[in-house]
Amino acid sequence: MDTLHFTFFIWLVGIAGGLLGAMTGLGGGVIIIPVLTLLFGVDIRYAMGASLISVIATSSGAASVFVREGFSNIRAGMFLEMATTAGAIIGALLTAMFAPALIAVIFGLILLFSAYLSLNPPADRVDRLPDSFTARFRMNGSYPTAEGKKEYSVHNVTGGFSLMFAAGALSGLLGIGSGAMKVLAMDRVMRMPFKVSTTTSNFMIGVTAAASAGIYIARGYIEPPLVMPVILGVLPGSMLGAFILRKAPSKKLRMVFAFAILALGLEMLYKGFTGRF
Amino acid sequence: MEEKKLAISDEKLEVFISNILRAGVALSAVFMLSGGVFYLVQNAFAPALYHTFAARPGELLNLRGMAANIRAFNNLGIMQLGLLILIATPVIRVVMSLAVFVIQRDRLYTAVTFIVLGILMYSIFRG
Repeated sequence: MDTLHFTFFIWLVGIAGGLLGAMTGLGGGVIIIPVLTLLFGVDIRYAMGASLISVIATSSGAASVFVREGFSNIRAGMFLEMATTAGAIIGALLTAMFAPALIAVIFGLILLFSAYLSLNPPADRVDRLPDSFTARFRMNGSYPTAEGKKEYSVHNVTGGFSLMFAAGALSGLLGIGSGAMKVLAMDRVMRMPFKVSTTTSNFMIGVTAAASAGIYIARGYIEPPLVMPVILGVLPGSMLGAFILRKAPSKKLRMVFAFAILALGLEMLYKGFTGRF
Repeated sequence: MEEKKLAISDEKLEVFISNILRAGVALSAVFMLSGGVFYLVQNAFAPALYHTFAARPGELLNLRGMAANIRAFNNLGIMQLGLLILIATPVIRVVMSLAVFVIQRDRLYTAVTFIVLGILMYSIFRG
């Protein structure tokens, strides 16, 4: 394929990845890496590099909308970024020690896990029980709902912090945003409202990815001509996704998305185990 | 009185952060697009080779090498400038948050943000 056509198709992949990534809060990486490697035969390291950079673009593009509307919890996000950035550096350093096939297998498992989470969205509930630690760190906040501003409390920072470290390590290891795991840490472990969790996750993803970017550049994973169409697609895609997310994503869309990443996950596992990476 | 003048509300912080993110992303996109157009004009019919991994020559893998490309203003350099701006955007966001927490005299979050910034700096300058 010549560069012009290739670049155009990758641009379309970027748009789709950005749109779905922002709407589900999973980030574009879970779409972009498997599509680039499985459909376009791109080496997984280049795909990871392009994804990592696009993840920064998605995060910044979507976060600029969410932050302004007061969904994101900036203090909790900043606190947890200590864990995600430290984890990201460790993950990025580990990448060079793992064979591409092993990375593909880990990636496949993460996709299956993301599909499971998409199919089991938690109910949006608000918890106002006091918590002395988060009160001292002023992490409790409020967010806009249809019935006006709602206050909520944050809990179990130790548990959330550990899971965030793991999320950061996976982000650095695979070049993804690890949005699913960040949402899991905030929504299920720290009991923050779902909408606050997804938007704060989106916000943190960029900083986490920036922590691995230096290491990825030094290793040669980031190819500007490949990254260029991905970013230029992801940006409009993620902004459109953030705009649509104002109305909650429909159940049907969630189902379609979950089955798409389930299929991609199985394919990654198959190719990883049969040594085709 | 003096305290009030210095204080920046959390709402203002949110709008401020949002503007930084937007500006960084927009600027990066402009460079990526213009570098990309030049690149495509010159390489439209060359085959796209990303099937096998081959690390670029060393001068492209560090800030000094990139700076040379950017100064030369070739298509690769323009795209790399866009890349660096994009990577710098969340970092600048953290720096600005740090400044705001200092102004708010929020010692706790000044310390938290300082640690995050330290980890980011370690990653960027170790490579």
